[in-house]
Amino acid sequence: MTVPLSWYLIFATALFSLGFFAVLSRRNAVAVLMGVELMLNAVNVNLVAFWRYLTPSDLSGQIFVVFVFTVAAAEAAVGLALMISIYRTRKTINVDEINDLKL
Amino acid sequence: MNYPSVFNLTWLIPLPTALAFFAIILFANPKKRLSSNIAVGAVILAWIMSWAVAIVFFLNPELTEHPFDLSVPWLPMGTITFHMGVAVDAVTAGMLFMVGFVLTMIFIYSTGYMSFPGHLDPEKYPDAAKEGLDPRYSRFFAYISLFATGMLGLVVANNLLMLFIFWEIMGLCSYLLIGFWFDKSYPDPKQITPKQAGLKAFLTTRVGDVLFMMGLIFLFIHAGDLNFQAIFGNQEFLHELSTSTVNLPFFGAVTWAGLISMLIFWGAIGKSAQFPLHVWLPDAMEGPTPVSALIHAATMVSAGVYLIVRMSPLFSAAAHGGSGVMMFVAFIGAFTALFAATIAVAQKDIKKVLAYSTISQLGYMFAALGIGAWVAAIIHLLIHAFFKSLLFMASGSVIHGVEHGHHHVHEHGEHGHEGYFDPQDMFNMGGLLKRMPVTGWTFIIGGASLSAFPLITAGFWSKDEILAHAWADGHMAVYWTLAAGAFLTAFYTFRQIFLTFFGSPRTEAAEHAPESVRAMTWPLVALAFFALFGGFVAVPEDFPVVGGIASDFMAKLMELQGEFYGLHVAPAEFNWTPALISMTLALSGIVVAWLVYGWKPLAAGKPDPLRRWLGPIYVVLENKYYFDEFYHLVAVRPTLWLASFFYLFDRGVIDRIVNWVGAFGRWLAAALRKWIDEFIIDAAVNGAGLVTTWTGAVVRLIQTGQAQNYLLILLLSVVVLLLLIPLK
Repeated sequence: MTVPLSWYLIFATALFSLGFFAVLSRRNAVAVLMGVELMLNAVNVNLVAFWRYLTPSDLSGQIFVVFVFTVAAAEAAVGLALMISIYRTRKTINVDEINDLKL
Repeated sequence: MNYPSVFNLTWLIPLPTALAFFAIILFANPKKRLSSNIAVGAVILAWIMSWAVAIVFFLNPELTEHPFDLSVPWLPMGTITFHMGVAVDAVTAGMLFMVGFVLTMIFIYSTGYMSFPGHLDPEKYPDAAKEGLDPRYSRFFAYISLFATGMLGLVVANNLLMLFIFWEIMGLCSYLLIGFWFDKSYPDPKQITPKQAGLKAFLTTRVGDVLFMMGLIFLFIHAGDLNFQAIFGNQEFLHELSTSTVNLPFFGAVTWAGLISMLIFWGAIGKSAQFPLHVWLPDAMEGPTPVSALIHAATMVSAGVYLIVRMSPLFSAAAHGGSGVMMFVAFIGAFTALFAATIAVAQKDIKKVLAYSTISQLGYMFAALGIGAWVAAIIHLLIHAFFKSLLFMASGSVIHGVEHGHHHVHEHGEHGHEGYFDPQDMFNMGGLLKRMPVTGWTFIIGGASLSAFPLITAGFWSKDEILAHAWADGHMAVYWTLAAGAFLTAFYTFRQIFLTFFGSPRTEAAEHAPESVRAMTWPLVALAFFALFGGFVAVPEDFPVVGGIASDFMAKLMELQGEFYGLHVAPAEFNWTPALISMTLALSGIVVAWLVYGWKPLAAGKPDPLRRWLGPIYVVLENKYYFDEFYHLVAVRPTLWLASFFYLFDRGVIDRIVNWVGAFGRWLAAALRKWIDEFIIDAAVNGAGLVTTWTGAVVRLIQTGQAQNYLLILLLSVVVLLLLIPLK
């Protein structure tokens, strides 16, 4: 028996929603960052699934995924560096207290 | 045709002095000696180049057949491109020879002459008085440098428009330099001040210049070009111009050539101060003496003669076409020659005598051109420039000496505070030959040349040639008028010499007059050389004895040039009758002057003996035939009346209309402001501001600064949008 495409999509949606929920609800900035990683990986699952089922002869889906990995790694590095920097100046990484992004 | 390469320098000739002008006004102005050094250096450069070009031309007489012409396109006008450039022919070469030299002499002389002037209060200008130089010394040299550019440019110009431009530059400089001491005033309110004299000169010459410009425009319309060679090399065009006619009001049908030459001749009348526009030149003597020597004797006033010399092919074409313009030129010239000479007899100002003599001598040149003695006119123009600038500069030296003498007496306080002293009045002089030997002897040489002292002076050869021509061609009226003028010339010149240099001093100022500085006397000596020997380049070959010894290369050169332009320039055959008559008249003029002023020198305080003998005629002459008063009555006064009438018209009518229009505008503006601006425009502008403020106040509530809130809003928006999709 083969696994149909929709299963992968449902799994990716669930993973994405989980990640998004984490981004919206967690107060710890590290947890928010982890949520973002989940969302990115959900997208990766989608990309691989679509490649495998729709255009297996074309490599672009896989390459895209590799790019997303790379960008996600970079993003995590930059994000963590920012957090360390914020922590050093404000002694907290609670996102509720980091609300200076307004006039 | 291969030209000597030095001719390529021609266009550079007017340049050094132009650069000197800008250098002085822009940079060197505060440093007086530096300014004069720049000017003198520039003019010496121009002199060297002028002489290089002139002498190379003299050595190659065959060039008269191929005048040098170098031009660049300057102003494209439709299908025609106007060319600007320089040209060298025999006339230009002769003028360059004279102008370059005279300019340099006068520049050097000016460095000595422009010392602190007597009419200024040394306490008002302490710095200048300490230096002993005129407070506006630098400015003077800037102006004469610009003038030199004008004259040199005029001489080398190859077309009429360029000539006209330089002509006007000279007019401007003349105005500026006549009024150079614009703050000078006299105790007698009727005596003209430098400021007024400058204006008078400018406005009087304007009459001639406007007519000149009209002639120039007519010529351009017909020829499509103003290049001399292009116009005069084209015999067909000249012929056509002299046969086609135009109908004028009052004059009827005249040929185009006649009309254009007449208009151009009026330009020359204005510039060369011929009757009836002669009135400005005597008053121009209010300027510093180097200016009188430079502008009002040697160069600018002779530019008028030069213009007619240049335009002679046109004039002779007009004469062939039956126009009387040549006769008019001869008449104006001869009449002015005699008329101005009579006035000069009764003047007491040393410079005024010379001014009238200049007018008179320019009259000789025009008379010569009018009777077709083209070569004689050019030679007289060149030689006159030498001896007349010499006379003016010597008279300036005399004035300087007398002024110094006056100051010397004044400083020693023998007289206390006396009345106004005129250092130019010849009746305040006398016996100056002993005090100022160089000035005196050079003045006598110049005077002898002016009075055409036979055989040994340059003036004799040039003036006699004119008289010989008039006799040989049968222009008896012109001959006798000029001969009478020659007698008067000799008389007034030696009257001046005897009054100034001989007898005993009539004032203490004259008694203490010192000789001038070397910067002033050396140029006099240099010019005296030409005043004596300059004539030996144009001695007629068939003149007994002297003709065999002396040369006539200049006359020959000009003849060749004249032939090239299609003029009849055959030299007059020698005839004893006119030669003896003019010699006798010149000598008898000198003898009469000696009998009246030299034999028994005039004592101090005595009136002019002529006044007693001539009676009312003397008064008329002294007042210059009342020409100034006449012009005041017919030209100045009506102009002023017209001006005051228009002033009232302006105030009463024009101003009132303008004010009404203004008031209406203000009323309209107020109404518009009240109704449209306040209620519509302002409301719209304020409304836009209010709406923005209000929107901002509402929207700022959702800006929390927390990224998670924003994401939540994003999520809700996406959800709402997704929900909207089925509605489609």
